[in-house]
Amino acid sequence: MVEPVFDLVYIWAGIIAFGVIMYVLMDGFDLGLGMLFPFAPDEDARDVMMNSIAPVWDGNETWLILGGTGLLAAFPLVYAVFLPALYIGVFLLLAGLIFRGVAFEFRFKAKSSRYLWNWSFTIGSTVAAFAQGAVVGAYIEGFETQNMQYVGGAFDWLTPFTVLTGLGLVAGYALLGATWLIMKSEGYIQAWAYKITPWLLLAVLVVFALISVWTPIIDPFVADRWFGGVSLIWILPILALLCAYRIFSSVRQKRNGTPFLATMGMFIFTYLGLLASKFPYVVPPSYTLWDASSAHESQLFLLIGLLFVIPFVLAYTAWTYWVFRGKVKAGEGYH
Amino acid sequence: MELDPLLLSRIQFAFVVSFHAIFPVFTIGLASYIACLEGLYYKTGNKDWERLSKFWIQVFAVVFGMGVVSGIVMAFQFGTNWSNFAYTAANFLGPVLSYEVVTAFFLEAAFLGVLLFGRDKVPQGIHFFAACMVALGTFISSFWILSANSWMHTPAGVEVRDGLYYVASWSEAIFNASLWPRFFHMALASFLTGGFVVAGVSAWYLLRKRDVELHGRALSMTLWLLLFIAPAQVVVGDLHGLNTFENQPTKVAAMEGNWETSSGVPLLLFAIPDQENQTNHFEIAVPKLASFILTHDWDGEVPGLNEVPVDEQPPVAIVFWAFRIMIAIGMAMVAVAVTGLFMRRGKRYLTAPWFLNTLRLMAVTPFIAVLAGWFVTELGRAPWLIYEQFSHADGLTPSLTGGMALFTLIGYILVYAMIFSAGLYYLMRVLRTGAEQHDYGYDKSGKRPKRPLSVADADWEEDDETRSKWNTTAQDLADEQGAR
Repeated sequence: MVEPVFDLVYIWAGIIAFGVIMYVLMDGFDLGLGMLFPFAPDEDARDVMMNSIAPVWDGNETWLILGGTGLLAAFPLVYAVFLPALYIGVFLLLAGLIFRGVAFEFRFKAKSSRYLWNWSFTIGSTVAAFAQGAVVGAYIEGFETQNMQYVGGAFDWLTPFTVLTGLGLVAGYALLGATWLIMKSEGYIQAWAYKITPWLLLAVLVVFALISVWTPIIDPFVADRWFGGVSLIWILPILALLCAYRIFSSVRQKRNGTPFLATMGMFIFTYLGLLASKFPYVVPPSYTLWDASSAHESQLFLLIGLLFVIPFVLAYTAWTYWVFRGKVKAGEGYH
Repeated sequence: MELDPLLLSRIQFAFVVSFHAIFPVFTIGLASYIACLEGLYYKTGNKDWERLSKFWIQVFAVVFGMGVVSGIVMAFQFGTNWSNFAYTAANFLGPVLSYEVVTAFFLEAAFLGVLLFGRDKVPQGIHFFAACMVALGTFISSFWILSANSWMHTPAGVEVRDGLYYVASWSEAIFNASLWPRFFHMALASFLTGGFVVAGVSAWYLLRKRDVELHGRALSMTLWLLLFIAPAQVVVGDLHGLNTFENQPTKVAAMEGNWETSSGVPLLLFAIPDQENQTNHFEIAVPKLASFILTHDWDGEVPGLNEVPVDEQPPVAIVFWAFRIMIAIGMAMVAVAVTGLFMRRGKRYLTAPWFLNTLRLMAVTPFIAVLAGWFVTELGRAPWLIYEQFSHADGLTPSLTGGMALFTLIGYILVYAMIFSAGLYYLMRVLRTGAEQHDYGYDKSGKRPKRPLSVADADWEEDDETRSKWNTTAQDLADEQGAR
């Protein structure tokens, strides 16, 4: 075998990281709206909420599938350890996404059974968000592996810590959903979104603070990385907190798009902080990016295609958001 | 009793993939039909095409939604239940499945939003373009997924080092020996499915005398399509069979119920295969015909199941009967399509109740044929995941217990049962509601058509709320009340 002249692992780590954060931000506000659904002022508000994401949710969710297949292509060990380890959690995630996904079509078609699909939408979104948060927690805690295989039990992923990270992501997605709604709605619906945003922000900050204290306690590796000396990565939590402040202040100023942008910023900096905590381990505590990596020629073959296709994907995705830009009016039609 | 995670995982995969398969096989054909309708509307400006397209887009939206959510499950099945397989073959499967996501799924998802919700937000030409992109996406998607699947049947372009597959030639691996027959067989199957559903639904409207002109037009178009593709499928299906005979003779032996390698092999019309005793009971056969079909020689030699050890044989009875079900439905499709041509004289295809009722019943058969076909090809490969190289047992997730596998199997069955029954219910509602009426066809009171659009419009009724837009006949309302 010819030794590769350049290492694609960093590039692929970047691509996967990009795919994951795209998913978190884009499907995050979809799932968040789903969780806020039962608390909305009335059924008209729920129509507006659903119409604001109906044209784009499918594309948003596709980033999750790319995350799955991309891991299989570039870091198959991650795929082959995470999914068996999170077996039950993955089922809950998928079941949640199923109920959430069909609710879009079925709710518009339903009459007397509409409330069922409201609940399907809410419970599906909440379960999916919680399961994703628990995955993050399980990743921080690490996996019991031997010989490139998961050897732990079915419920190892369910611990007090992963419950906390699950709740953290539930709160975080709800915040994304609320700030998205500020941007896409008007009148009493927007006023409601303005009202709940600071409370959701508070919940997120409390949970994130708990996670930040707890993580270095359970993981000496993370403790050493953050407190082993003065470090450039300290800037990440500072930036995340600045974003949090910006959410708070922009809601008070009744800004339109800024709360959503600031929430995305907070997510991105928190996410980068998480990545920095664990780098280069992708299957902690044993395997690094390089251990988990697929064959060089496989990474190269896919990379060439991605460099060509992804700009188109981003372009037409942006175009659809542009087509459906602006406020969603109450009673605005479905197909 | 000890729960076997291997058996449970196989049942689970068969269940989730069968459930998933029925949606894309329909939407691939329907997406092309909708693109065609949008194209006709764009070219002619005739509002009837738009009405027809709007109606079928409603059906498409429900079916596509179920296809999307059941498809996500598939993306994770390889990892949850078959992690050894995923890890071993990742160097090939990972990039191929990823290409499917970036070249097809994003395209479908983004333009589907515009197709469903963007009619008033983008110019008509762009809306037509969106319909084309959705249709294109469905084909690109089937190309990649069938490439991955075909590679598992006819692996090529790879070498195994330290127990892992490495790709030596991408073109040989992607364009492996069974890709093109399988792709065209599947593409035609999708068109047949879309075609027979459109024909069946149109026939149902014609039987009820609703919107006769519109749905008659749809039926005419579809019958022309079926007239060409139903016989074409016989030819392509035969080519696919010969391709399988060359690459996987054991599968063909199971399809034919042929236990012993011999010459002048008869074609079995009926038999009850007995795997335990390696023989058939109650055979009804046409002498030498199987040899002739497979080798084009009446006395040609056909390998039997005895070429491989008994524990490497597929489950013969299921493969044998699934194959016969598929063939029988295929023949019925050709018969119906050809009958449709003869019924054109005097436009009897629009009125003859027996013909319309046949079409109505035929609408479910493509789904049965497609599932039967997939059972033939997938079970015919058993016990192999990668043909003659890597077995089901090799691929199983090591940490998976029988209890875990049973939990998710029951879970998926419950979830899908709920989703499927709700989906069917709402599809029936879409059908009962029918196509939206013209806005311009009515006077200001909204009660009477200015011109007779169709027979059904005569007893079109309006009530105050949501129904005002819809074509709900008095008969339907009476039916609904009767049902309550």
